[in-house]
Amino acid sequence: MTVKIQRQDFDLSAEYEALRRDSRSPGAIVTFTGLVRDTSKHQLITAMELEHYPGMTEKSLSAIIDDARARWDVDQVSVIHRIGRLLPDEQIVFVGVSSSHRAAAFSACEFIMDFLKTRAPFWKKEFTEQGSYWVDAKDSDRDAADRWSDQG
Amino acid sequence: MLVEIWYFARIKEAVDCEHEKLELPDGNPTVRDLVDILSQRGENWRKALSDENLLVAVNQTVASMQTTIAEGDEIAFFPPVTGG
Repeated sequence: MTVKIQRQDFDLSAEYEALRRDSRSPGAIVTFTGLVRDTSKHQLITAMELEHYPGMTEKSLSAIIDDARARWDVDQVSVIHRIGRLLPDEQIVFVGVSSSHRAAAFSACEFIMDFLKTRAPFWKKEFTEQGSYWVDAKDSDRDAADRWSDQG
Repeated sequence: MLVEIWYFARIKEAVDCEHEKLELPDGNPTVRDLVDILSQRGENWRKALSDENLLVAVNQTVASMQTTIAEGDEIAFFPPVTGG
């Protein structure tokens, strides 16, 4: 399991290769990459600032990954989240999961993203031509995380 | 007893403070007691810490207003998270 909080960009193929190399008998690797959006509430975003709570961020991501491991038979998990100033279209988050079977890899990857968005202490500030705003938490993100509890 | 307090995102901006060490009266204070003490600093503090969406962590684990604080604890106040 690797969790990285970093300012610099990441290379998707290098992360994928690391998962492939470290996995024992991978039948499937699922990766998700999140990008900085260029619009918000019909305003053009010029930049985004990512703040986090050092220490608690790593702790909460590790707990989320442990929860995923308890539910599915996954092999390797890798999470990268960038912090600091980012521009539209830049890569912001990466989640990669390897498993012997695709169903577990798909589910675990989505589960980790859903809980990263609702539990890991990151905060986004958007900069637009009209000013800067802290992004509000979305009900849709809470709903996405909540649906996992209905599935036992 | 001495505790460490961190403020993040819009809470940090509202109270214009990122980090501090604070001497609290002994006697098993709760997070609620700490919020009451901090709220006396001014309207911006009272407003930021009375936000219904305010989250608190004690020693980097999500806690509640009823959580008891001990010597050396690290307490953090922040809004709902928005990463990803």
